[in-house]
This record gives sequence, structure tokens and C-alpha cells, in this order.
Amino acid sequence: MEGLSSDPRRWRDVDKLLSRPGNIVGQDFEPSPTLREDIGDVVRVLVVGAGGLGCELLKDLALSGFKNIDVIDMDTIEVSNLNRQFLFRFYFGILDSEIEKMELLVLREYQNSLFAWLGTDKKRDLIVLSASMLRDEHRFCIVLPPYQHIHQHFTIYIYLLISGVRIHDVGKSKAEVAAERVMKRINGVNITPHFCRIEDKDLSFYNDFNIIVLGLDSIEARSYINSIACGFLEYDEDDRPLLETIKPIVDGGTEGFKGHARVILPGRTPCFECNIWLFPPQVKFPLCTLAETPRTAAHCIEYAHLIKWGEVHHGKSFDADDPEHMQWVYLEALKRAELFGITGVTFSLTQGVVKNIIPAIASTNAIVSAACALEALKIVSGCSKTLSNYLTYNGLDGTHIKVTDFVRDIDCLVCGPGTLLELDTSTTLSQFIGLLGEHPKLLVSKASVTYRGKNLYMQSPPILEEMTRSNLQIPIFHLMDKVPKDTLHISGISEKNDKKASCLRKLRVVFKGVADEALKMDTTESS
Amino acid sequence: MIKLFKIKDQRREDAANSSGKAPIKKQSAGELRLHKDISELNLPKSTDITFPNGKDDLMNFEISIRPDEGYYQGGTFIFTFQVSPSYPHEPPKVKCKTKVYHPNIDLEGNVCLNILREDWKPVLSINTIVYGLILLFMQPNDEDPLNHDAAVVLRDNPKLFEANVRRAMGGGYVGQVYFPRCI
Repeated sequence: MEGLSSDPRRWRDVDKLLSRPGNIVGQDFEPSPTLREDIGDVVRVLVVGAGGLGCELLKDLALSGFKNIDVIDMDTIEVSNLNRQFLFRFYFGILDSEIEKMELLVLREYQNSLFAWLGTDKKRDLIVLSASMLRDEHRFCIVLPPYQHIHQHFTIYIYLLISGVRIHDVGKSKAEVAAERVMKRINGVNITPHFCRIEDKDLSFYNDFNIIVLGLDSIEARSYINSIACGFLEYDEDDRPLLETIKPIVDGGTEGFKGHARVILPGRTPCFECNIWLFPPQVKFPLCTLAETPRTAAHCIEYAHLIKWGEVHHGKSFDADDPEHMQWVYLEALKRAELFGITGVTFSLTQGVVKNIIPAIASTNAIVSAACALEALKIVSGCSKTLSNYLTYNGLDGTHIKVTDFVRDIDCLVCGPGTLLELDTSTTLSQFIGLLGEHPKLLVSKASVTYRGKNLYMQSPPILEEMTRSNLQIPIFHLMDKVPKDTLHISGISEKNDKKASCLRKLRVVFKGVADEALKMDTTESS
Repeated sequence: MIKLFKIKDQRREDAANSSGKAPIKKQSAGELRLHKDISELNLPKSTDITFPNGKDDLMNFEISIRPDEGYYQGGTFIFTFQVSPSYPHEPPKVKCKTKVYHPNIDLEGNVCLNILREDWKPVLSINTIVYGLILLFMQPNDEDPLNHDAAVVLRDNPKLFEANVRRAMGGGYVGQVYFPRCI
């Protein structure tokens, strides 16, 4: 094992990319035999998510020369992850003290019981490594092939739990186990795991990384990271992005046989929010169909989940990760299905409908992650032109890959420059609102103003207008915590070509006199 | 391409500027869009809005509707709105806090309104939802019932339905179910 991890031949292909000039290299690319080492020493990359994509990403990035990797994931390992999150294993251990006596007996006994539970007598379905091969770990390792049927995993799991046997790696932190496993296999790489939610980290944590790679599974999480990364972006007076404030993101996603990989360079390429309107709405059934006229198994499940649960469990909210709750919904759905003569309700469909799960496939994750890791390497080194900017993969019928050049939304509230406004520190909120109506680029009347979650003034409804009226006479500089410059948002009625329409605008406010001090410091430092 | 030699310099600069960095509070695009919807709210006189968590939390609010005509004239019905950060991609979660005898509102407070679920589009707004709710009281619908019994009575015996609604609003029993007073 040691020999492989420090074999120089491992780096042969990456070094070819980084040490040779070419025709499709990036601008300012400087090939060098030490470029891989420099990247390893200097670049810090954050991998968000240690699941299907995350495991593949950690391996791919480490094998591409990245040496300072952080990974963040709030989840623990579950049996259903094991068909693709290859860094995690399913095996159980016997007490060290008993091992000498019990090994052969236990092996045979568990073998038979497992066969019975799995409903198979094909011995080749299980690979049982004898204790002697793993003596240093004192464990029996039974490696199960990827059974898609969650029910069977569940049963084996329960059986082993009842027998009082310790199960590994189930229940452990994904980030921690993944980091440990990759570091063992690849010499020199340093992976720091973070077993927590992405919201638990503050801005300075994210700012420390040169590039962020996403292996997430929800729109909300991507929106969150996107707004953080785009929050670092600053513009000059000509509304051009300041290069050193661009925090690149590589975002990957998979769903069954399909996936995507996109490059987000805030200020240059569209951010996640620019194109968010492209997502189709999620399938939702009318409540009355669920209540009166169910026709499919999914209707029965959603009835139990959304309607029956509330009727029976007053006040207690449904927790999709609680197996007892899920089991309750499954049984209720079965009853409902029987009442209406509907077939097809299974435990695994229940989980799928309630948690919105689409079965995951290892190959899709591997392909998308490889594209992401390659983009990360390209962005950091310039060894080839960056993907521009959205790659979609479809493996349902053969394999199909297409790259589309999406366009930025210049009015994007998250990554757009907004409109630059220079104000005196004495300007009151009321005067500011008046200014907005006259500013040639804005012409917004009846503006409501919000700053970092605080509603400074609301035109409507009357109750909010009353609550914020007192702010009108206060200098806006004070309402903005006396910062030299910052972003705020306004909504109101804008007038264009005699047409009035409601609008939402981003403003970059700079206070005269205060900002000058800070600017002077910046110019001397960066030369 | 990230200039490697600049990164080392950046580190030193960042360490120096680490005090006075941007505050932690981030506003999502959803919150901003909600801010616009709220600041443009155009509620009729029979409708009021309150913000239980103060003026800075627009994601949780309550709307009270007092129909001035129809079966439910005179009653006051309170709805809770919970808006998620992915608004307007996802519709707000709306539940009826007042126990009401209505074919399209069940006893748990679930509301059967198409634009709250399958017909929601990001171009809709809080205003459209409020008007949809008002319409439910003006024109209760026996075809998409959440409260099966109420729907049947409305369809077969509108006079009895009217009487049941009055009794429920005044505080009383309809069948086995007790409705607290809301008028």
C-alpha cells in the first residue's frame, strides 16, 4: 500500500498537463515542472458535501495535485449510501477478547444467517475475508454487493444490531471518515473535515479558500453558498469586477442518469441566482386529490405524510430522518391504498416520495465529479481553457454531453453590480428616498429600503410604514452602521418609456469622505 | 486563472484586514423578493396583516380576513404564512389558524387552494394568494373538498350549509365537531 501512494508514476498525467505549453491553454499560463507542487503548497480548496459527489471529488482533487483540502458535511453515513459513496464501508466487528475463540464459528454462523436473510444461497454473492487477512484490524469484513433494495439492507442492519454487533461505518460523520480514508491512500494530502452545517461557518472561513467545489443536493444549499461567494465580489467605479475579489465556484449535481457541472466566476459568468428561474417547479399534488380521489401510490403516500400525520400527531412535526415516522407513514399509506384498490406502495417508494429521493448511480457521480475536479485544476493553473460555462450530462441512452454558454443577468440581485450611489454622511433616509426618484439610472418612486435584513423604511402595509416611519429623519449613514460603503436594496415603482412597473434594485452606496481613507490604504498596499 | 504568487500576498493582506470585515448577516434573494411583495401589498379593507416577529422578519406573518358578504360574512379568519428562503421558487406555506366549517379547509387548518401547491408560479405573489383566500370564502367549492362532510351539505342542502356555518362561527357543534366562536 505504501509503495503505491508515493509512486511518482501516479502524477505522470497531471504533470504533463501542467508542465507543457499547448494551443488551448488559458491566458497567462506558465507551464513548469514544479507547478503541481506549487498548487499543492499554496492553493486551498473547499469541498462542500461528502456524499456521492463529495467522495469522488476528494479522490479526484487529491489525485490532481491539490494538497490542502477541506470538506464540510453535516450528515452521518447510512447503509443506503454504500452503493456509491465508496469511501465508506459496511462491516461489523467482534469484541477483540473473543476473537481467537469465535472466529471460525462466528464466520460460519453469520454466513448462514445472512444467506437466509438475503434469500440467496449463492456463496459468491458475499465476499467473506477471513480474519487472518485482517488480523491487525480485528474485524471480519463482509463486503456486500450494491443491493438497490433498501429493504434488504435495512433487515441485515437490524439483525446485526440485535445480535449486539458493532456496525461500521454506519452512523459516523461522512466528512471525517472520507477525509481519513483519502489521506490514507494518497501521500502528502491534507484533508480537514468539518462535521457541521454550512450555515455554522462564518464568512472568514469561506474567504480563506481559493476555490470552492460543490457536491450538494439541494437548491437552497447552492443558493446559500452562491450568495456567500458572490458577497465577496466588489466592483470599481466603472462597474467592473475587482479580480482579486472573485471567488470561483465549481458546482456539480447529479440525479439518476443525469448530471451537470458548471463554472461560476462571480462577476464574469452567471451565478447560481442568475439562472435559477430555469429550474422547473417541483411536482406537487392538489391537497383535495390526496384527500378525496387518490389514483396512484404516490397520492396515498402523500396523503399519509401531509394530511393523516397532522390529524393523528397534533403538534408533533414529521421528521423524514426518523425511521419510526417513516414506518408510520408507510403503514398508513398501505391502508389508504387498500381502501382505494391501489397497488405499488412499498417502503422504498415511501422514502422516495417523502424525501424526494431519486435513486443515485455511481457512474453519474464519477463522471460529473471528474468534470468538476478538472475545472478546478484548470481554474487554478490555467493549463487549459475553462469550461464555458454549463455542462450537462445525460447517460440514459448512451452518453451525451453538452456545454452551454449561459449569459449573466446584469440586474442579478446577488452578483450584479447594481447602481453606484455616492452620498453625504448627513443625508437622511427621507432625502435618500427622494434622490432615488431623480437618479437617471433609477427613477424609482415610492421606494422601500432594506439593508442587511433590516427594513429601514416600508411604504406599505400601513402597520410596517408606522413601525419604520421614525427612521426617515435619521441619516442613512447611521442606519447603515456607519460603514464607509456597502450594498442595500430598494423596491418601488420604476418608470421607463412612460411605463410604470414595480422593481427591485441593488445599490452600492459609498459615503463621501469616509471611503476615501480606506481607498488610500488599498492603493498603497496593492502596488 | 488564479495567480499563485498573488495568493501568498493576499493571505498576508487578509490577515491584516481581518478586523472590520463584512458582517455575518446575509439576505437571500428570496427575502428580497418577499420584501418587494410586502411593500406592494394592496389589501382590501376587510384584510389585515401582522408581523409577530417584528418589522425585520417578513418571512413569518399572519393575515386576517373578514368577509363582508356571503356565507362567512362577519367572521374573522386568521391565516399563518411561512415563507422559505427559496421564495418565489417555492410557494409560502399557508395554514388556517381559525377552526372553520368550510369544504376547502380541513380541521387541521390545511387549505386546498391550487396556487398554493400545483399551480404556484414564481410570477405570483403574496397579493395573489390573499385574493385566492378571500375568494374561498366568497365562493366555497364543493368539487375539491378537504372537508368531505361540509362539501356534501353545501352541494345537497345549501340552506343547511348556511345554518351550519352560522352555528360554527357563533361557537357551537356541527355534528361531532366543536367550533370556537370567531365572529
